[in-house]
Amino acid sequence: MGKLTIGCFSSLVGSMSLDFAVKLASAAIDKGHRVDLWVSGNGTTLAKKGQKPFKDYSYLAKSVTELTAKGLQVTACEACAEARGYHKEDTMEGVKRFSMDWYLASCFDADRVLHIGGE
Amino acid sequence: MATTKLAFIVQRPPYKSENPKLALTHAIASQSVEIYLSDGDMVEPVIAFIGDGVLNCLKNQKAMETYGIISTENHIKNSLLVDLKVLVCKEDIARFGLSEDAIVLDAEEMGADMKVQVVSFDEITKEMESANHLLFF
Repeated sequence: MGKLTIGCFSSLVGSMSLDFAVKLASAAIDKGHRVDLWVSGNGTTLAKKGQKPFKDYSYLAKSVTELTAKGLQVTACEACAEARGYHKEDTMEGVKRFSMDWYLASCFDADRVLHIGGE
Repeated sequence: MATTKLAFIVQRPPYKSENPKLALTHAIASQSVEIYLSDGDMVEPVIAFIGDGVLNCLKNQKAMETYGIISTENHIKNSLLVDLKVLVCKEDIARFGLSEDAIVLDAEEMGADMKVQVVSFDEITKEMESANHLLFF
């Protein structure tokens, strides 16, 4: 089985790119692959604790929680999160926070990298 | 011991989005990636500005005065300071009616030895082909 690294820089609400990234991660994990998901820039909103589901907005907290339990590694850019005013204690359980070099290290030994830029 | 080459391709204009700056800060982060890797392993980044992305390389940006943030120009200079390879598409500079004089080409005032290379798109394509992974910003 392989390793897939996904980098997504698009916001949770306002773009469907994170929805796609999480669905792709789910499909890859179901096939037995290892998946790292790096969120940076506005993408860090994926990892914010306390998301409330509305029918009109993307809601991925439940999927992310289920997928991290199945082995998905979600890591948010620490500086990008801090710049947006959310801190370690505001981060969803199971999600890590590191600096940008973590993403490069994940790319280092990935079989495939899918980088989805921001809006 | 292995090296993974990552090509950061910047195709969006500056200040409209965060993307070009994130490309540069992620590429610069290669300087500390070793903490996650085994001895001898490394990540080799190359940054290429193409299309509207070449506008990121204009000189005399006033981001600090206007927005109170470090300019993309300064991030390019920081990239040179840490010896990253920075390429700018020659054809796209011409497409905007710009000359190479308008582009930040070095960071001598900061003590950088590396220089920005203005090259043809063919050369950038070769860099992309030789990279293990492409990251489009």
